Amino acid sequence: MKNNMISGAEAVIKSLIEEGVDLIYGYPGGAIMPVYDELFKYQEEINHVLTRHEQGATHAAQGYARVSGKVGVVTATSGPGATNLVTGIADAQIDSTPMVCITGQVASHLLGSDAFQETDIIGISTPVTKWNCQITKASEIPAVIAKAFYIAKSGRPGPVLIDITKDAQFEMMNFKYDKCTNVKSYKPVPELNIDDIIEAAKIINRSKKPMIVWGQGVILGNAEQEFKNFVEKSGIPSAWTILGLSALPTEHSLNMGMVGMHGNYGPNMLTNQCDVLIAIGMRFDDRVTGNLNSYAKQAKIIHLEIDPAEVNKNVEVDVAVLGDVKKTIPLLTDLISKNTHDKWISKFHSFDKIEYKKVIHDDLYPSKQGLTMGEVIKIINKETNGDAIIVTDVGQHQMVACRYAKFNESKSNITSGGLGTMGFALPAALGAKMGAPHREVVAIIGDGGYQMTIQELGTIYQTGAAVKIVVLNNDYLGMVRQWQQLFFDKRYASTEMINPDFVKIAEGYYIDANKVDKRSELKNGVAKMIKSDKPYFLEVCVEKEANVFPMIPSGASVSDIRLD
Amino acid sequence: MDSEKKLFTVSIYTENNIGLLNRISAIFLKRHVNIESLTSSQSEIDNIYRFVVLVTVSEVKIKRIIKQIEKQIEVIAAFYHTDKETIFLETALYKVKSKSLFEKKDIQKIIKNSQANIVTVSPKYFVIEKTGWRNETEDLYNSLEPFGLLQFVRSGRISVTKEAMNISDILKIKKNK
Repeated sequence: MKNNMISGAEAVIKSLIEEGVDLIYGYPGGAIMPVYDELFKYQEEINHVLTRHEQGATHAAQGYARVSGKVGVVTATSGPGATNLVTGIADAQIDSTPMVCITGQVASHLLGSDAFQETDIIGISTPVTKWNCQITKASEIPAVIAKAFYIAKSGRPGPVLIDITKDAQFEMMNFKYDKCTNVKSYKPVPELNIDDIIEAAKIINRSKKPMIVWGQGVILGNAEQEFKNFVEKSGIPSAWTILGLSALPTEHSLNMGMVGMHGNYGPNMLTNQCDVLIAIGMRFDDRVTGNLNSYAKQAKIIHLEIDPAEVNKNVEVDVAVLGDVKKTIPLLTDLISKNTHDKWISKFHSFDKIEYKKVIHDDLYPSKQGLTMGEVIKIINKETNGDAIIVTDVGQHQMVACRYAKFNESKSNITSGGLGTMGFALPAALGAKMGAPHREVVAIIGDGGYQMTIQELGTIYQTGAAVKIVVLNNDYLGMVRQWQQLFFDKRYASTEMINPDFVKIAEGYYIDANKVDKRSELKNGVAKMIKSDKPYFLEVCVEKEANVFPMIPSGASVSDIRLD
Repeated sequence: MDSEKKLFTVSIYTENNIGLLNRISAIFLKRHVNIESLTSSQSEIDNIYRFVVLVTVSEVKIKRIIKQIEKQIEVIAAFYHTDKETIFLETALYKVKSKSLFEKKDIQKIIKNSQANIVTVSPKYFVIEKTGWRNETEDLYNSLEPFGLLQFVRSGRISVTKEAMNISDILKIKKNK
């Protein structure tokens, strides 16, 4: 056998190359230095992007993974480097984003001695990882990395963390790489049961008022086309969860809008009137269902899902179709009859009209002086023709952007859904731009979340990634303020922000920047930003105390949705 | 009723892996469920381990917990059972001063009547072992306590099910996915 002795650190890099990795987000430090030394040698093969905080690295990797469908890779050192990853890992876990994080660890003889920058990252990350593993011997590196990539991307994707002691990075080993295609105790995709599909088809064919609610599973399963065929053949009105957004074009005649807390009036109201609810690749999150005791009780529920643990977790279903939606949807499409539901769909349209009159019109064509978030999104839609990737943070702007942004293409809505991580958007937008360099990427962020990871402007400047950053500034933590107004008698406890000069800050990072606070300047301001081929920052000062409606108050039923 | 709290024996077949215990206990922790006893040992299959966990929860909740446990990469299968569906035992050890064995006649009778065994006898102390149900080891505890217990310990529950588990079949299915 050829002598192939290399260090564990080099084995890490060679393993990543074997997995097709050409981009890593990370931050160096003591316990991961041998790996960084190898990254220096392999910089032709792997581009390492130095973020300004490890959390930024995780969100950038998430943005990259969500637009490209590839695994996002993050490296960090032990101790604080590792603990700074936790928020991003938890976000990736709850939003099913494939990610491999590699952390350095103190030398194995120091484990448990409270050595400098030692922390039990395996213990800390266990509840928020799909899998994690500590390596103390160089010889284990290739097999563990292969297993990590296989687990991260197969089945329901998720984050994996590998912790490698410093001595294992230095140790010499004989490198041989075999891709992982099987883990004995792990079944990524459950067995498909054709009887369930037949049963589901029967229920659908008998239904008079069916409704589809789809989630990110359609996107993660690359099943957008199969899904569209199903929707079009069945003629069933379809609504999306926040993470399902963009899987079906906004303008599609059967796309009825968003379900959930700030979703559209029709799909929420009609959830409690439909006779069959077909849930596809979604998990009945509480922000979608509102009060479970009054959620779609009248309907037969069919659930297409890859993760058996999601079935009957929140909502008891009548038929569960387990499996990969890429396979199960076409089988179901074959068995259903071609149909239209014009009368039923007209009910959605009636609700749309009410919502338009009471909410949407004033959001998009305000007569008041203050700028609305909605009109900013409307102009971004116009200037990008709905072809942009929209990256949002968390809060009011997120809800408004998801409600009004137009999408022609899938994998275009990048947001922190399940965890609701403020600070997500700026680094995620960088990752999205690097994952889809030929597409326009517009980050829409509130003034609160922006300041949680604002230092990533440095990374954007250094990489030159032409991210367009829009901060919708209302000088408040707007969503919390809205709740304080509605449910806490306007006691605005710690939600007002006295903000810095955001334009100066962007300019301090050598990023072109502009500020708009008048309606007359908005269109030109957005157009100028979109025309730029460089990173660009646009601050839009919006109305300070505006609220996002419709709204299902927490604990209320979906059909108790409020329009004002 | 499904929402009524009951005692369940959870059996988890796993690969041997550092940190897996943490991963399993984290699932109970996240749902605020107290683990009443836990044991782990080799199972009937080579290199496959079995955790036996005792919890008091509703059946609705235990079903969901089982699915979350099965979702973990190194877990092969997990089951839950009521007492009626399993044969189960616990072992208790009682360390008593030797003086009481020789000086108090009652104690020998207690040991005999409770079908306990004397595991070891030394000039200073002797150790009694009793395997059985919780009430049996508790009864013996109450009987021996007046003589002065130097030490007492009781194991977690171990159990086998009346029905077959078919772990080998489950392993085969997982492999031929």
